Order: sequence, then structure tokens, then C-alpha cells
Amino acid sequence: MDDAIDTALEPCAGAAATTAPSDFDIRDYLRTELLPHFMCPGCGHGIALRALLWAVHELGIAKDRLAVVTGIGCSGRTGAYIDANTFHTTHGRPLAFATGLALARPDLEVVVITGDGDCLAIGGNHLIHACRRNLDMTCLMLNNEIYGMTGGQVSPTTGADRLTTTTPSGNTEPVFDACALAAAAGAGLVGRGMTLQTPALKNLIRDAIAHRGFSFVEVISDCTEIFGRKNDLGSSPEMILRQKSAMRPEFYGNVVDQPFRPNAMKTGILARTDRPEYGDAYRAATAAAGASR
Amino acid sequence: MPASTQTNGLRQNLQGNHACAVAAIAAGCRFYAGYPITPSSEVAERMAVELPKVGGAFIQMEDEIASMGAVIGASMGGVKAMTATSGPGFSLKQENLGYAAMVEAPCVVINVMRGGPSTGMPTRPSQGDLMQARWGTHGDHPIVVLTPASVAEAYRQTIRAFNLSERLRTPVIVLLDEVIAHLVETVDIARADPMQRVDRTWASEPPETFRPYAASADGVPAMPRPGDGYRSHTTGLTHGPSGFPTQKPAEVTAAMTRLLGKIDRHRDIVDSVETTGCEDAEVLVVAVGIVARAARRAVDQAQERGIRAGLFRPITLWPFPEAQFRQLDDRVRAILVPEMNAGQLCLEVERLSGRRTRIGRINRIDGEPIDPDAILSAIEELARHG
Repeated sequence: MDDAIDTALEPCAGAAATTAPSDFDIRDYLRTELLPHFMCPGCGHGIALRALLWAVHELGIAKDRLAVVTGIGCSGRTGAYIDANTFHTTHGRPLAFATGLALARPDLEVVVITGDGDCLAIGGNHLIHACRRNLDMTCLMLNNEIYGMTGGQVSPTTGADRLTTTTPSGNTEPVFDACALAAAAGAGLVGRGMTLQTPALKNLIRDAIAHRGFSFVEVISDCTEIFGRKNDLGSSPEMILRQKSAMRPEFYGNVVDQPFRPNAMKTGILARTDRPEYGDAYRAATAAAGASR
Repeated sequence: MPASTQTNGLRQNLQGNHACAVAAIAAGCRFYAGYPITPSSEVAERMAVELPKVGGAFIQMEDEIASMGAVIGASMGGVKAMTATSGPGFSLKQENLGYAAMVEAPCVVINVMRGGPSTGMPTRPSQGDLMQARWGTHGDHPIVVLTPASVAEAYRQTIRAFNLSERLRTPVIVLLDEVIAHLVETVDIARADPMQRVDRTWASEPPETFRPYAASADGVPAMPRPGDGYRSHTTGLTHGPSGFPTQKPAEVTAAMTRLLGKIDRHRDIVDSVETTGCEDAEVLVVAVGIVARAARRAVDQAQERGIRAGLFRPITLWPFPEAQFRQLDDRVRAILVPEMNAGQLCLEVERLSGRRTRIGRINRIDGEPIDPDAILSAIEELARHG
């Protein structure tokens, strides 16, 4: 990003109503005995985790009823810190596991935490079919533009020309617009949020969980140590402010009609449809079979 | 009405694949996720019909990997779950099968073997996955594999697969060859059903003191059910009693020793062997699946001709019934291993057999079953020269 960093902190859509005092204490939702956490200084994943747990708190979801399914990578490790039913599964497959869990146990609130590589590369097929199927769950894709845990290899969301350990001459692959993909594949709710705007992100995640159907939320996170350092992007605050400058405020909350980059990313709810939820549709379609027995 | 759905009271004409499906329902299976693949697809088709009748859920997933993932997800949610597949699909499931072994998720995988490698011969029988069933996933891991030789046994062994899976908290694989899967035979449900249905042991101690992977007296930890207040962590990373990852050598050794040993501690319920004419056998035939049925006939014919022949059929193939085999191996002069592959079962027989025993093979890799005459000829040959 070559643009000058926009340091203005004007609120984004959805943020205004969220600054009221809250009785939310993140420690009520963490396995505090596991702290300190493993994440690098400056990592945005902790902020995403905070937004998620804040949303869970506001929705009044009992921890015992919350099931968090994660894949592999830095994002995958965040689940262990949540005081809930947590499942750290195989690389790219958390949506598949979550599909079985949510269909077999519709009484649980299923949230998937995945990363950009986990979700869009090895898990890409599961993502599009989870969107198409529209089973009630919420998928948070923590996008830090890199494979962090394996040491900084190029990801489907790594920007053009970026240096990674597997693109030593600069990335030549175009990036994936995960939100456009999810919307095209039929996800019930699609949204994008930033770690800079935690209350807005919390509201977005809250709406996503409350939505009956498959919700996809891209969280723009940052990897300061592995990605930022290699690309001279500065400290975590500098990286986040650069990300903010890449967001077009006039697009906040608007519909998808622009390419992913440069400087055209929108935040907020980007697409929403009220299609039948898969589990409801399945149970309705098969009810006669059960009744005839 | 097609033959596979004719019913006569509790005696049913069933195709092998359908037998697996109705047995799964009888065993308490309430979730199925799968992906179509010949020659196993009738399992999925029947489950799609049967599960809604009992309030269960069927889902056709986007691929084999997802199917296995969904099965484990449902199982960890507390619901008995199954999938079915064949060769290439079985290969794709292997990573998640290893995960199921590691997190100790009870689940059942029906694998109808077809000719391979690769796409091979989808509609032809094979026994080419014996070793994949044992060693398909990476790392040292426990596994239980059952090999029915008839449709009635496909029914019984599928129920038993669920029971062992629940009892031992491990994935159990039912290996069918295509002949059994597509054979239509009569199953006496009334006889098979009295098998007691086994359910996993649910965690019951106070959540404050509960450790999800603590070594219980029998090596199989009680399982926390989401919603019951335990809020435990499940991970494929090597984990100690707390369920959280560890790399401390002592903890890793203890965790892996328990995991690898828990099946062996229950050999009394795991082992299952059929033996015919083994009491005084000089020539022992070792075979599984449809080949074992041809072998049984060949053994009978050999005995009619005055040859002391016996059949050793591991119904539980893995862990291999070593003790039962070694007892016979000490007595017989020769062993014959007929199998529809290039020699996988024979590897295990060679490993366990004393070096003095002569071992003969019949390996058919052309997609055709092995007929009794071929086995009888080989028995006669071994009896003359063994």
C-alpha cells in the first residue's frame, strides 16, 4: 500500500451505537489458566477473539452451548483460549467438521474460526459448499494475508508484489475476494470487519451469529512479525492504519461491486439473503418419513 | 419390489451394502455423511432413506474429506455417525481418520474395496485395501478393522463395529469386498438384533475435576458431551490428560502409550476369528471376505479327499489375531494365503509364521474372485509337498 496512511479515526458504520458501557469482561469467556497466549506481539487475532466473545456476551449465549471449531494455523490456535466446547481440527476442514456438528446438534451455537489459507486454499471447496448449503453457523475468516504458523508463505489473500518466503521476488498471484466468493456461493450473510474497529466488528459478528443460516465474516487482521516485518510495513498500529487507509469509507455497508484491492475494500454487512436454513429445510423435507414410521 | 427390499418378518433379503445401512440404524447410528463412489453408494442411498425415519440426519457432502470431517463433528457432538466409501475415497479420508483416532472419536467407516491403485476397476472386486485400512493414515495409531464374509455377517459386524467404536472410542473400519457388498442374501434380523447395543461412556464427574483424556482404569476415557457443562478442548495435536497440547516427552509418551495400547487391553472383545477344521490341520488356509467362503468350500472338499486342511478366517483383521494364529502355526506344515491382491494378507502371515512353515499364495489381481477349485488345487499341492 503506497497511499499515505490515513490516521483519521472517524467511526465506521455501525460503530456509533456500540460505545455504551458494557458489563462484558473477556476473562469470563477465556481459559485464563492457559495465559499467556502464544500469539506474537501485535497480532490482530486477539482483537478478533475479543470481538467474537463480546458478541457472544451481548447475545447471551451460554458458554456451554457455544461450540467453536477451528482449523490449522495461527487462527486455529485461538479456539483453545475460549472457555467453550472447542475443536481444533484438521487443516482446511473446520467447516466440514462444523457441518456435522451443527447438523447433528442444532441446539449448539457453532462458530468456525479459520484463516485465509485454511479457508480459501486447502478449504476452499468446503467454504463454497457451506455457503451454498446455508446451514446455521458462523464462519470467521481471520485474514492476515499470510501463512503465519508455517513461517510466512504466500496465501490466497497475499497482496500483489508482497514478499513472502515462497515469493522471494514478489507475489504474482491475484488475491481472492473471499466476501465476493461467499456471496456468490449463497452465504446467508456476508460481512467484513477490521480489528481497528472492534465495536463495529463485534456488532458485525453479533449480526452474523444471530442470522439464521450460514454467515461469513472476513476479519482483516494483521501479522506484524511474519508478514509486516518482511515487507517493511512497520509496527502493528502502523499496519492497521494502513489497512484502514485501504478501506473506502464511502463503501462501508454497501453492496459488493468493487474489486478486492487496491483501496476498495468495504466493511460491514455486504450481502444478506433470507434463504431457508439447511437444517430446517432438511427436517421439513424428511418429516413425513419420520411420521410414517 | 427389488430383491434388496423384500421383507419377510424379521428375515430380509438384503444386499451387503444395504445390510450395513440397516445394521447401522439398529446400532443407533443417527448421522451419515458421505460422497458417492462405486461400489459403496448403496450404503448412502439406504441411509438417506432410513435416517429420517428415526430422527437422524443424512448429508451428501462436497467430497470424501468433508464427509469424514462431518462424521467426526457429529460424533464429537455425541451422535453415532458413519460414512461409507471405496478405494480412492478411502485414501482421501485417511488424514481425518487419523484425527479420529487421535481425538478418540467413535465412528464407523464402511470401505467397499475395489480394484486399484488409483481409479482402478470401480465395479470389480478386490481386497487391495487391507494394508491401507491398517496403515493408511500417518503416524502410529490404533485401529480396528472388521472383514465380513457374508451379507448376514455384514449386518452383524456393522453393529459390532459401532459397539467396538463406542466402547473403545476409536474409528472402526468395516472392509467389504465388492462381491459381499452387492450380493443379496437372507439376513435373519431376529438372530442378529439381540446383540446388545453399546453406547460410549459419558463423562459424569464434576466438570471442575474432569480431565477429558485422563487414563481411566481400562484406558478408555469417558467422553464429554457438548452442552453437558464440561467445555473441553479437542485437538489432533498430541495432548495430555487435560486435552491441551503437550510436547513434554514424558507426557507425550504416556498419552501415546495409552492410545496405542487401549485396543490391546480389550482383545477379549476385539478379537474375532472363524476356524474350520483347524484341530488337526496340516494345511491351513488364511483368508478373508468372499475368498474365505471359497476357501471354506475348498477346505471341505480337501477333507473329503483325505487331506487334513483347515481354514483360519480373521473376522477382526486388525489388530490381527496373533495369539490364535500362532497356536495353529506351531502345528501346521503349510499355510496357504489366497487373496484378491498382490499379497497383503500374506505379509502379516509371513511376519507371524515360524520360518519352518511353508507358505503358499494365490494372488488374483484381475478383478475376478478366486474360485474354490483354485484353492483346492493349491491345498493339494501343499499337502503333497508341504
